[in-house]
Amino acid sequence: MSGTRIDDVRLPGTLRVGLSRGWLEIRSFVREWESVVFTFALPALILVMFASIFDGMFDMGMPAVDHYLPGLFAMGLMSVSFQTLGAGIATERDQGGLRRLRGTPMPPTAYFLGKTLLVFFLAVGQAVLLLGVAALAFGGQMPRTGADWLTLVWVLVLGTTACSLLGIAVSSLARTAQAASTIVVVPFLALQFTSGVFVPVTVLPDGVLAVASLFPLLWMAQGMRAAFYPDGMAALEASGSWDLHLVALALGAWCVVGLVLVLLTFRWKTRKDG
Amino acid sequence: MSATVIEASGLLKKYGDHLAVAGVDLAVPRGEVFSLLGPNGAGKSTTVEILEGFRRRDGGTVRVLGADPQSAGRAWRARIGIVWQRETLLPKVPVREIVRHFAGNYPSPRGVDETLELVGLTGKARALADSLSGGQRRRLDVALGIIGGPELLFLDEPTTGFDPRARRDFWQLIRDLAGQGTTILLTTHYLEEAEALADRVCVLAGGRVRALGAPDTLGGRATAQATVSWSERGVRREIRTDEPTRAVAELAAGFPGEVPELRVHRPTLEEVYLGLIDEDEGAGSGGERAEALA
Repeated sequence: MSGTRIDDVRLPGTLRVGLSRGWLEIRSFVREWESVVFTFALPALILVMFASIFDGMFDMGMPAVDHYLPGLFAMGLMSVSFQTLGAGIATERDQGGLRRLRGTPMPPTAYFLGKTLLVFFLAVGQAVLLLGVAALAFGGQMPRTGADWLTLVWVLVLGTTACSLLGIAVSSLARTAQAASTIVVVPFLALQFTSGVFVPVTVLPDGVLAVASLFPLLWMAQGMRAAFYPDGMAALEASGSWDLHLVALALGAWCVVGLVLVLLTFRWKTRKDG
Repeated sequence: MSATVIEASGLLKKYGDHLAVAGVDLAVPRGEVFSLLGPNGAGKSTTVEILEGFRRRDGGTVRVLGADPQSAGRAWRARIGIVWQRETLLPKVPVREIVRHFAGNYPSPRGVDETLELVGLTGKARALADSLSGGQRRRLDVALGIIGGPELLFLDEPTTGFDPRARRDFWQLIRDLAGQGTTILLTTHYLEEAEALADRVCVLAGGRVRALGAPDTLGGRATAQATVSWSERGVRREIRTDEPTRAVAELAAGFPGEVPELRVHRPTLEEVYLGLIDEDEGAGSGGERAEALA
């Protein structure tokens, strides 16, 4: 170039670069049909199957679609945040995508802003898809009052944030992209069976419930039941109440812990890159 | 604006007890194509990564574009470009969109279409990166390395896996960039690539500089003895001489017509290079020559 450049050139702003990254992430995600099917559409597919097959098979005190919707919604939110970021960032790191970005003047914050936009785009999409399928195909019950809708929104935001941070932290544990999908999928699957998504929490052994209570998915599912179920159903919770203050506390704590873990562990390079 | 783009002196890097870079001094003036050669494990990659600000050094001083790479910020990053050795993951959007996105990271980028034209990807602007051939992928890597209009471009083994035709095309691209005044640090395993492109070549082995100079004078190449060889009654004969012209004239006088199978040979860059590496093996820290040339 001309060789007349000076050091105080105006670098593009973090917000602008971050928005551009978010748009790129979203367009790139929707082109990966595998991830669209497995991390985005899977909860809706399960809902369709459960609502069709299990309806009237057990005494749930409500139609099967209403019974399973809150738990599958919580699972879907964890899927688009924890699973998308955990496996996705590990792959980017393993294949040098992160290092390449670090070699440009991109502000590091812009990268995370882009991921945030991707995850919230997917979380809102998850809400539209699951609630849409439940309401339009099965006449499912939506939250009854404004307060219930508000519960849905704050549980979505807090839960998705906590799971995103956990996903970013977990991505650093994996040495390779292949290892990452195992490290991410196995604990996520275990949590789905112990956090009230498929099996009611009241039938779980105390020890299992205690371990699952340490992770966000159980609290997200409980918060979503509070938003969708009639108030009388609270009697069937482990403590006999929705305990929304505990939901907020547990998810808030995970946001803080997740952020600390991310700040301590995030790397732009793999170990072999030095 | 300093005329020297890269200045390193006494550069040291240790991995455990192993001294990977053992006191390297480099000075690369603005506008030069400077090539680093050496076997695997010679310290090339480590040296380049220190210059790029991707690795911390254990000793010595480094100035790249007037700043210390390990503490330089975004404004400094905007003035360098890196073409990585490994193929890297790219977003699943069309080529033109990837290049446009990367352009958005820089304060005064090149034009997107102009850059695609320069690397010969105009016809692939709408294709996804996954659908490109190996050579096209590499051209996209170069496009992303130069989109910010860098003053200094790091090229790490840019043509590995290219067919000969693609390599020639790629060399022309590098010459064009150099012609526009970009300083280029080229790391390569291909000696003919260094010879074709570099103003100066630096041979690293065992973490030290073994030779430094223009490709045609490296290691005393220009003044080395020539070998004149021919065939006499079915037997191959050769002499080593400082005066090959005189030797050929004498031979011509001694034969009735053509001198059978006459050849005059001066050491190639490869021979000089292998000689330098062999010396290093004698010093006990080489041993990867075959790998380097594989």
